[in-house]
Amino acid sequence: MAVPRYRAAEAALLIVEPLDIFTAVYHRPSGITHLLNEPAPQILEALDEAPLDIEALLARLAGTYDLGDADEDDTAILRVRLDELEAAGLVDRL
Amino acid sequence: MRHRIALRVGLVGFRIGSDWRAPIAALDALYRDYPRADFAHYSVRLEAASLARRWLRPAVRTMGDYHLPDAAPLALAHGLLAAEMGMNLQVALGHRRHLLLHAAVVARGDRAILMSGVSGAGKSTLALLLSQRGWRFLGDEFALIDLTTGLAHPFPRPISLKNESVALIPPDRLTGPLLSGTPKGEVRHVAPDAAAVAAMDEPARPALMIFPRFGFPLTLQGMAPTETFVRLTQASTNYVALGEAGFRALTRLRAEVPAVALDYPDGEAGVAAVESIWSAL
Repeated sequence: MAVPRYRAAEAALLIVEPLDIFTAVYHRPSGITHLLNEPAPQILEALDEAPLDIEALLARLAGTYDLGDADEDDTAILRVRLDELEAAGLVDRL
Repeated sequence: MRHRIALRVGLVGFRIGSDWRAPIAALDALYRDYPRADFAHYSVRLEAASLARRWLRPAVRTMGDYHLPDAAPLALAHGLLAAEMGMNLQVALGHRRHLLLHAAVVARGDRAILMSGVSGAGKSTLALLLSQRGWRFLGDEFALIDLTTGLAHPFPRPISLKNESVALIPPDRLTGPLLSGTPKGEVRHVAPDAAAVAAMDEPARPALMIFPRFGFPLTLQGMAPTETFVRLTQASTNYVALGEAGFRALTRLRAEVPAVALDYPDGEAGVAAVESIWSAL
């Protein structure tokens, strides 16, 4: 089975308003406002340019943010965050 | 309906009809200085809860473009309160032209303070006290924030004071009848001063947002951007309905206007605190 890749929802579908440790994101298709905190806004940003699989995303985030060791727990945590973002329509799974 | 009146409050026109004369006469007196609307955005109907209840222990059911099916009818003696609640309901549920915030608004010149809080937070009382100290009263129920310009448009309805606050009404002001035994306790409506009504077509630029809480020791605190954002979404009756326009208006207000949380023990302390925050801006 191919490893899934993830991509942020099209930029035109989102309005992103950084607040403080939270970022408000308005999702145009659903009309729902999401309040995201770290690492969700960073995930959206990393997936904005090109689709990444979870390992590549982890490597990208680890290069920018301190996620600790890139061990299995981090992958599992990131997968949960991605599932949430996908359910909210903020991230697409390819 | 047999009895009716059309009133304009700022940008909003109301048509109020009634099975009885008394509530319309009370509105006519309380809204003495307001223009009679030539166009109504919203209708309110004060209807007998049943045919018999038009005469026998008359009970008022508040209907209109929007109504609450489970709302208990009010006694005819409380017909003015029924009309006022009906007018609020139309705006709360129907208005889409502005971002609506449950807030009192006062202004000095063309700069406004929005005071937002739940019922009992003291925003009406603060607005009344400030209006006696040179502030222009723009409303104590809804701030109407223009979706394009961000300006606060006046919606200066009569102030509804409850229980202990009734005693604060200045003697020279136009009031409605004292309503006792309502579901909110003792209620009396006081008309805004004539200058506030005369200026109800002049918007003001929000310059300060205060989230007051009455009955606590005096405390003033800054608010984190997210806290302000969430409080504003909670204070808005039409944020979700407005969709993207609501998000844009609300985030703009949050970004441009400083916000503070104010706990205050009594009206005098509250007014003094508001004046002091204002002069420090």
